[in-house]
Amino acid sequence: MVEFPPLGPVMPEILMTGFALLILVLDLVIKRKETLAFLSVAAAAVVMYAVLGTSGVTFSGMFAADGYSMFFKLIFLLSLILSILISVKYIAIERVNYGEYYSLMLFSTLGMMIMASAGDLIVLYLGIELMALSTYVLAGFIRHAVKSNEAAVKYFLLGAFASALLLYGISLLYGLTGTTDIKGVAAYISDNGLAGNPALMLSVILFVVAFGFKIAAAPFHMWAPDVYEGAPTSITAFMSVGPKAAGFAAMGRVFLIAFASLQVQWAAILIPLAIVTMAVGNIIAISQTNIKRMLAYSSIAHAGYALMGVIAGTPEGLAGMMSYLLIYAFMNIGAFAIIIMLRSEGFSGENISDYEGLSKKHPVSAALMLIFMFSLTGIPPTAGFIGKFYVFMAAVNAGYTWLVVVAVIFSAISAFFYMRIVMYMYMKEPRREVELTTSPALGLALAISALGVLVIGVFPGRLLDLARIAITLGWGL
Amino acid sequence: MRIITGMPGQYIPSDYLPILIFMMIATAFGLGTLVVCSIFRPRRTYAEKLTPYESGNPPIGEPRMRFSVKFYIIAMLFVVFDVEVVFLYPWAVVFDKIGLFAYVEMMLFIFILLVGYIYAWKKDAFTWD
Amino acid sequence: MELYTLIPVLPLAAFWINILFGRHYIKDNAHWISVPAVVASWVIALITLSDVLGGKVFNQDIYQWIVSDGFKVSVGFLVDPLTAVMLIVVTTVSSLVHIYSVGYMHKDPGYYRFFAYLSLFTFSMLMLVMANNFLQMYFGWEAVGLCSYFLIGFWYQKKSASDAAKKAFIVNRFGDFGFGLGVILIFLTLGTLHYAPVFGSIGSVAGQTLNILGTEVDLITLIALLLFCGAVGKSAQIPLHVWLPDAMEGPTPVSALIHAATMVTAGVFMVARCAPIFSLSPTTMAVVAVVGGVTAIFAGTIALVQNDIKRIIAYSTVSQLGYMFLACGVGAFGAGIFHLYTHAFFKALLFLGAGSVMHAMSGEVNIQKMGGLKKYMPWTYWTFLLASLSIAGIPGFAGFFSKDEILWQAYAAGPLGKFVWVLGAITALLTAFYSFRIIYLAFHGKFRGTEEQKHHLHESPKSMTLPLVLLAVGAVAAGWVGIPPLLGGTIGIEHSDKFGAFLAPVVGHPHASVHTHAEEWAVMGLSVLLAISGILAARYCYLKNPELPVKIGEKFKFAYRVLWNKYYVDELYDCIIVKPTFWVARNIIVGITDGKIIEGVVNGVPAAIGRFSESFRKIQTGFTHHYAMVMAFGLLAIAIAVFFF
Repeated sequence: MVEFPPLGPVMPEILMTGFALLILVLDLVIKRKETLAFLSVAAAAVVMYAVLGTSGVTFSGMFAADGYSMFFKLIFLLSLILSILISVKYIAIERVNYGEYYSLMLFSTLGMMIMASAGDLIVLYLGIELMALSTYVLAGFIRHAVKSNEAAVKYFLLGAFASALLLYGISLLYGLTGTTDIKGVAAYISDNGLAGNPALMLSVILFVVAFGFKIAAAPFHMWAPDVYEGAPTSITAFMSVGPKAAGFAAMGRVFLIAFASLQVQWAAILIPLAIVTMAVGNIIAISQTNIKRMLAYSSIAHAGYALMGVIAGTPEGLAGMMSYLLIYAFMNIGAFAIIIMLRSEGFSGENISDYEGLSKKHPVSAALMLIFMFSLTGIPPTAGFIGKFYVFMAAVNAGYTWLVVVAVIFSAISAFFYMRIVMYMYMKEPRREVELTTSPALGLALAISALGVLVIGVFPGRLLDLARIAITLGWGL
Repeated sequence: MRIITGMPGQYIPSDYLPILIFMMIATAFGLGTLVVCSIFRPRRTYAEKLTPYESGNPPIGEPRMRFSVKFYIIAMLFVVFDVEVVFLYPWAVVFDKIGLFAYVEMMLFIFILLVGYIYAWKKDAFTWD
Repeated sequence: MELYTLIPVLPLAAFWINILFGRHYIKDNAHWISVPAVVASWVIALITLSDVLGGKVFNQDIYQWIVSDGFKVSVGFLVDPLTAVMLIVVTTVSSLVHIYSVGYMHKDPGYYRFFAYLSLFTFSMLMLVMANNFLQMYFGWEAVGLCSYFLIGFWYQKKSASDAAKKAFIVNRFGDFGFGLGVILIFLTLGTLHYAPVFGSIGSVAGQTLNILGTEVDLITLIALLLFCGAVGKSAQIPLHVWLPDAMEGPTPVSALIHAATMVTAGVFMVARCAPIFSLSPTTMAVVAVVGGVTAIFAGTIALVQNDIKRIIAYSTVSQLGYMFLACGVGAFGAGIFHLYTHAFFKALLFLGAGSVMHAMSGEVNIQKMGGLKKYMPWTYWTFLLASLSIAGIPGFAGFFSKDEILWQAYAAGPLGKFVWVLGAITALLTAFYSFRIIYLAFHGKFRGTEEQKHHLHESPKSMTLPLVLLAVGAVAAGWVGIPPLLGGTIGIEHSDKFGAFLAPVVGHPHASVHTHAEEWAVMGLSVLLAISGILAARYCYLKNPELPVKIGEKFKFAYRVLWNKYYVDELYDCIIVKPTFWVARNIIVGITDGKIIEGVVNGVPAAIGRFSESFRKIQTGFTHHYAMVMAFGLLAIAIAVFFF
């Protein structure tokens, strides 16, 4: 007889599954899709509450609800709630106001939650696929738009490619160590002195590629600009935060636990990756004219900064990376919320030139965009500075001062394209009348993200403490 | 960084060596054929030679044909229920050994598929027109 | 709550009120919010000064920001003699500029916005000078840069204005980057960012080195140089001086407040504040002195030939800032701050005077098209004249005492000091010349503008002339607090004047010199002589023989062109920095997606791949399969790197 595993630690995921299915079925009977959005937000809030009270390990170590996963789940749920709030009116404008949208978002978040908690590579893979498949569909959700379809197909094909590489990595690892348990792998490697094994290195490389794809690190970032541009803007916001954070969550666990004894080797791979990522993201972003595409490159660059936390390989670095991703969720979704406001019937509002003179007619929105742009640049009073500061500090403390120097140079370059938006908004005359599409939900999302950016900017200590506690609370259970 | 193989006490996957050699030969053969051919083959192209070959008949229409999306839906539904059955077989075989836990799990699995079934039904996925 | 807290808080409150309610409710009454707030700050600053003169030093954290694992950031104030001097400078000039702007910006559509930014700037500057830790200083540092960006680009409809704003911002990022690194390095070295413990324990790391890319670098020198990078950017020293003259696109009160009296002097202030660090690194001190001296003479020569009244004054500012760094570099931090303090008055006055002239001339800035303004605008003329006498260094005026102090300290400071003293002395001649060139061209002689302009000539309103008069008092008398003992000034410690003695507890004092009074007299006499000859030369060239400058210009065509084009520095930067950056961005993306990057990568892969590489290149058209190919290549590249290197 097989023991019945305790279900307590996995309760948030069970709830999430139930809610996602419920929303899917309710879609058949509820005609007002705004109701579904509201229910989804409520569901996410309930799950968030459940996450806060959950801890423990279950399914013989395959699933761990520890502080680390809890912190990440909060990021996912936060980005889910914000993304739903900015979607409500937007998907109506895009004429794709279908209930599956919300259900798919919940499923995708479920996948991320499973990834963050995975104590076993198979569970990790399960989470990745659940997240990715839902996101593929969401990327192509505007099914009457060619660009959206193209985004979905590209994302799907390349995602499948990355998944295949991940599976190669997992199977190699299984072949070498005879287990897929993350801690088991670590134990086997250190017990048998496998550290220099070429097959093991190949497996590490394959993991780097697969995770590099998920977090959009160069040169595995190629999908990001096209997909971010083509996908519905609300989904772009969602994708640029959730799956990226999930990728980092999985990466942190696999690299720092399973491959702990190979830290020198994988750091040597990740360092050039981070530099190339920052270079590609920041330099190419300068010449973009479409703001979604620009933020896609910006998102690539931010993956480079966050990678430095992983490279540091210390609890401090991980805490910095986690805080960075949370901060990034606020500032990036905030910026996308403004982009969505500019989208109205018959006007895409995606060109950077559409922001010219925005402050004249819409001072509040322009001011909010200014806050988000400052934060993305990393200018002190905002959260973005704090995020970078912690990550850089961790890297310096881990002995990578020169890498920090490089990163600081690139973040100085980034000022060029973020500040250009500010300049357009405040120092140019409007070329055309831009009408904003507002809704209470969008307003709420903007308020939450702006507050997040400013409050974390002013009281950042709590956040880092939280991230540190999250790591010490049973990291690697 | 150089991975030094053959250090004492190190694990060397010598069992897999044939596979490695096989992979290398396969790659070398594939690439070699292409390279050798491209060096030696004569290259005289003219319009007639470049037309697609369809058993001697002139080609009709685009080579890429569009099928109705309905075929795909049917195919997907088939796969879903097919997979369900695939899972049910081994489950049924060892059912008496794993007891209540397996029973609950399978019921959950079927329940989730049932939700999908209801969804598909309500979305008129089973009607052709 | 301490009274001192109110000094920065009042302007901040004025900013928020104006920016939130200005557009719809306050509109043209914005000055009723900002002016009282800043004047109140000024009053409190005076109280602060009297506290400090009474021997009180305040150093306390007001508000804890981050406390986490040995890392502590807080908002706190340090009020000591140096801060007190800066408070007086900032609040005085800021109040007067606020008042002046009431007249100058009258009827501007962005009236409320202007006052809001001006107040925000004042707040940021006060936070910068009152900080008791480096992070707060960094905050103020970035914030003043931002306000400067907003205010330079205030008339953003003008392309030149928004370009200048961008330029100022971007050039400053270069310096700020170094400054930021310096601050981080301080924290890493000493584990704290508060001044008191940092300056207290910096001596303990003397002689330590840091390995950078295989080279051992002296830690303190590195920190000091990084900090100085920030100062070079903010205070527009070579090679980052290019933004300041362009910044003159902003409204004139902004030039007076930000780009003459306060923000640009933040670099000097920072160096003086960090005197305990800089003093420990002779290398850095030499760099500071030489950069300052070279900048002084460099900017002074450019100012000789320019025709834009504001740009001349801007180059003059760069040059005078060079003086201040020169002083700091030879260890005479007190003298540098003394010059900062006197300079604030006469330079703000020059700018406001220029603004007054432009106001009368309907925005004309070319001094060749002015002339004879003396009789139309007597208040402006006389105050401008006093300021010019002061900057030229005529005995009795404020500029004389500070400049003399610097030159004497430089002369007394060894061989390097002698070298920079020569630079400084030549600059003194140049300063007198170009200052009086403005006087003679703009205020004397015949009017050379259009009839219409002539018709409109008028003295500026009271709200503008009143600040001029008040600043003129400062330009004349501000120096009297630092009369050298030689001329009968009060003797403080170690042959120091009163001002130097006041600052000595903070910035120290150069070692007692072993020079004789005779030498001191000679140095002083020489600089006075140079100043007077500069004035006379200007008079000879521009009043007596107006043909002469043209002839000289034609005779030395090459030199003239080089100066006229500001040594082609902008063109040089355009060539080596701006263009390549644009080139990189454009060529990486134009017409394609990331595709071509890969082309580059594939081209970079050794030619051994030969024909295959060619084939690969052909299929890179931006399609999905090509993206997959890139991923595969990335994988391959990593694998090759891992297994073969």
